[in-house]
Amino acid sequence: MTTTALGLGLIVIGAGLGIGLLGKGAMEAMARQPEVLSKLQTAMLIAAALIEGVALFAIVIAMING
Amino acid sequence: MKRVLGIILFSLISLLPVAASEHSEAKGGEENNTEKFDPTVVIEHHISNAHVWHVVSWGEGEDKVDIEIPLPIILINEGKFHFFLYSRFDHHTQIAEDNGSYFLYHHGTIYNTDAKGTITEDENGHLINTKPWDFSLTKNVWSMWLSIVILLWLFISIAKKYNGSPKRPHGVQSFFEPIILFIKDDIIVDQIGKEKAYKFVPYLLTLFFFIWINNMIGLVPFFPGGSNFTGNISVTMVLAIITFLVTNINGSKSYWKHTLLAPGIPSVVKIILIPVEIIGLFTKPFALMIRLMANITAGHIIIISLVSLIFILQNVWVSPASIALSVVMSILELFVALLQAYIFTLLSALFIGMAVQSEEH
Repeated sequence: MTTTALGLGLIVIGAGLGIGLLGKGAMEAMARQPEVLSKLQTAMLIAAALIEGVALFAIVIAMING
Repeated sequence: MKRVLGIILFSLISLLPVAASEHSEAKGGEENNTEKFDPTVVIEHHISNAHVWHVVSWGEGEDKVDIEIPLPIILINEGKFHFFLYSRFDHHTQIAEDNGSYFLYHHGTIYNTDAKGTITEDENGHLINTKPWDFSLTKNVWSMWLSIVILLWLFISIAKKYNGSPKRPHGVQSFFEPIILFIKDDIIVDQIGKEKAYKFVPYLLTLFFFIWINNMIGLVPFFPGGSNFTGNISVTMVLAIITFLVTNINGSKSYWKHTLLAPGIPSVVKIILIPVEIIGLFTKPFALMIRLMANITAGHIIIISLVSLIFILQNVWVSPASIALSVVMSILELFVALLQAYIFTLLSALFIGMAVQSEEH
């Protein structure tokens, strides 16, 4: 139980860092080049979904472990 | 005036659960003071599939009134076909008899048993009775049919408006036309490429609207909605398998060559790379499956947990805060419902686009 919670926390730190950096990069790029905004948005969402997937695997494992 | 009414309504609604919790406290005082509210039971009950559609219930103990719709149960057991309603399960023993066979309903699963309801347990307390094949029309199935009816009604009525001479879009058509065009142009054609995209437009549009409408039905907190359909792993697995099949059946020659042979790469690296590529074929739909299921289930769990706070803390003043938070979460979930449908469609289009690309690309 506690180790699952600890692992979850660690994974959330990782995923949060990842999405944070991704958002930072995308924001900067969008501010610099507003003309490719829609393309940047799509690319950002794909990457965000892939990072988020890792965090969700953690949730599922936590659910299975109870 | 409107604002004042809104504030009054909000405070009344947010005090409703308090009345419920105080009532249960008064009752609990007489009978059993130590019994605590367990949110995990409520959450598990809500997010799992069921053979009965629970509408509403009130009262406690002996006076408890449950209004629920029994759903048809279809079983195949040892070559014999069984068809009966959920209401045949006894309220206390949870045993039903059909054509000489006895079935036990235990935590949403149907087990074989005998007239006395004999159960065998392993050392962890799990039932190890044999199970019949269960083809029942469960809550999720009815929820899916509801969504199919809504989708057909909506899109057939929209499609009819494009017959004959083109007119200015009006009504629900003007709401959906930009969404359809966005999915078609900015996702499908963008990811797959103009020449090959049109073959996949029907599948991907269906995928998007099916997931979206089912996410939205899941967010409706009262009777016909509220089932955790897209949060059910079998549902998302089927969707992911369809994407997997569409991707690989339409895979071009160069896609298979790059996956299985990895040309232009040193043979030492090939030993590592080719297995990774082959595993990659399966992890893509697997990630799709987990992403949708976990996102939707997590959303449902968060909203119920916030409402459960009132009953855990048994305090009047928690109520407005927890209602306000769950309203905020519900609004966020409306966005997530759209976002997850978008992501699923986008990634499916991306995988298909990678597979259909030809050599010169």
